[in-house]
Amino acid sequence: MRVTFTANGKPVEADDVWEGESLLYVLRERIGLPGSKNACEQGECGSCTVYLDGVPVCACLVAAGQAQDREVRTVEGLSGPDGELGVVQQAFVDAGAVQCGFCTPGLLVQTDALLASDPRPSDEDIREALSGNLCRCTGYEKIMDAVRLASARRSAGAEDSE
Amino acid sequence: MEFLRPATWGEALAAKAEHPSALPIAGGTDVMVELNFDVHRPSAILDLNRVAELAEWSQDGGVVRLGAAVPYARIIAELSGPLPGLALASRTVGSPQIRNRGSVGGNLGAASPAGDAHPALLAAGRDVCVEAASVRGTRLIPIDDFYTGVKRNSLAADELIRAVRVPVADGPQQFSKIGTRNAMVIAVCAFGFALHPGSGTVGTGIGSAAPTPRRAVEAEEYLRGVLAERGLWESGEALGTEVVQRFGELVKAAASPIDDVRGTAEYRRHALAVLARRTLAWTWNDYGKQIRSAA
Repeated sequence: MRVTFTANGKPVEADDVWEGESLLYVLRERIGLPGSKNACEQGECGSCTVYLDGVPVCACLVAAGQAQDREVRTVEGLSGPDGELGVVQQAFVDAGAVQCGFCTPGLLVQTDALLASDPRPSDEDIREALSGNLCRCTGYEKIMDAVRLASARRSAGAEDSE
Repeated sequence: MEFLRPATWGEALAAKAEHPSALPIAGGTDVMVELNFDVHRPSAILDLNRVAELAEWSQDGGVVRLGAAVPYARIIAELSGPLPGLALASRTVGSPQIRNRGSVGGNLGAASPAGDAHPALLAAGRDVCVEAASVRGTRLIPIDDFYTGVKRNSLAADELIRAVRVPVADGPQQFSKIGTRNAMVIAVCAFGFALHPGSGTVGTGIGSAAPTPRRAVEAEEYLRGVLAERGLWESGEALGTEVVQRFGELVKAAASPIDDVRGTAEYRRHALAVLARRTLAWTWNDYGKQIRSAA
């Protein structure tokens, strides 16, 4: 079947999609957005987290056909038009929160969603928000640092622009 | 495989009538796991995401009509007041991403004994019912008649779950679950408990410790009797360790768990008694405070 939707603001189309195929497979293998990672395929790891109509979800658990006519935003959509890193991405780089990097795309999207709804989360809120994202390098302390840094920079930026 | 995308509830029912073996999908958090691992290859998938009313809830008098596809995240955010037990259970489901997609309708459709919503629904009382619809009409299935076996429910092949109707809480409710961490846990065992001062009854629900979610009937009857005989609903006085202990033992006796990768039968029985005592103590403590502050 054919599936059409919006990915990072652009209309995309995939043909010959198997009816049982996941949105993750379509993103990675059919429309050239390999940022979302395929690891557990059962929603355990969060590496494939994307926005679906503004809500963070595991792309491996969305049937491709369910994305028809909807808006998907992936980790590739977190950077600016010229490829400059977003606040959350830059914070992960600066805090050294990236080890092997496999879990990073999912953590970036989930962190972006957290800070959009709660700009100054407590450590407890951060841990809860990221509880569905596994880092097998176990670099969680640096990830916590990165989220705190992104939160602080975001808040400072918001104050500057006021 | 066919991918059916009804735009309305009427179209969904017609599609299910025409394709009775079609597998309904809403949040996909169960169904996609089976497809990704090729556990199950249905003849057709019936996508319910476009049927907007499935993701809505309403309150009519003392009953919440919860659309089958209202995600757990919204139950937590919007229904913690009227449905505290279900909201607490919802908080323990998967992860934030899973709670953004998964729904009670999916839990009921899958009918896994480990589904987190079931103990809370059972505890909410015998008036809880599942609204099952088909082109033939709508019927209300009492929650006590809904679960028929391991991953089996009483839906007919042409029926879809429209909503679940749950009475608004009239007393404290609790939910407790055993797992290896706080997130992403399939329950080793779980227990839901509710005080219903309006009817002088209590509700229980056991999860992951029998072929189906089930009620601890004798435990409920025992506690109902004690609360009535001793005038405890009126006084709100402490229950005493003997009552709490006995309640835990009766809940334990109501379970029929198995040994599996998540835990042994003996551990599950032991843990259920602990969960039953704790949830009873928590709710009764809250109830006592309410009585004393009203006095």
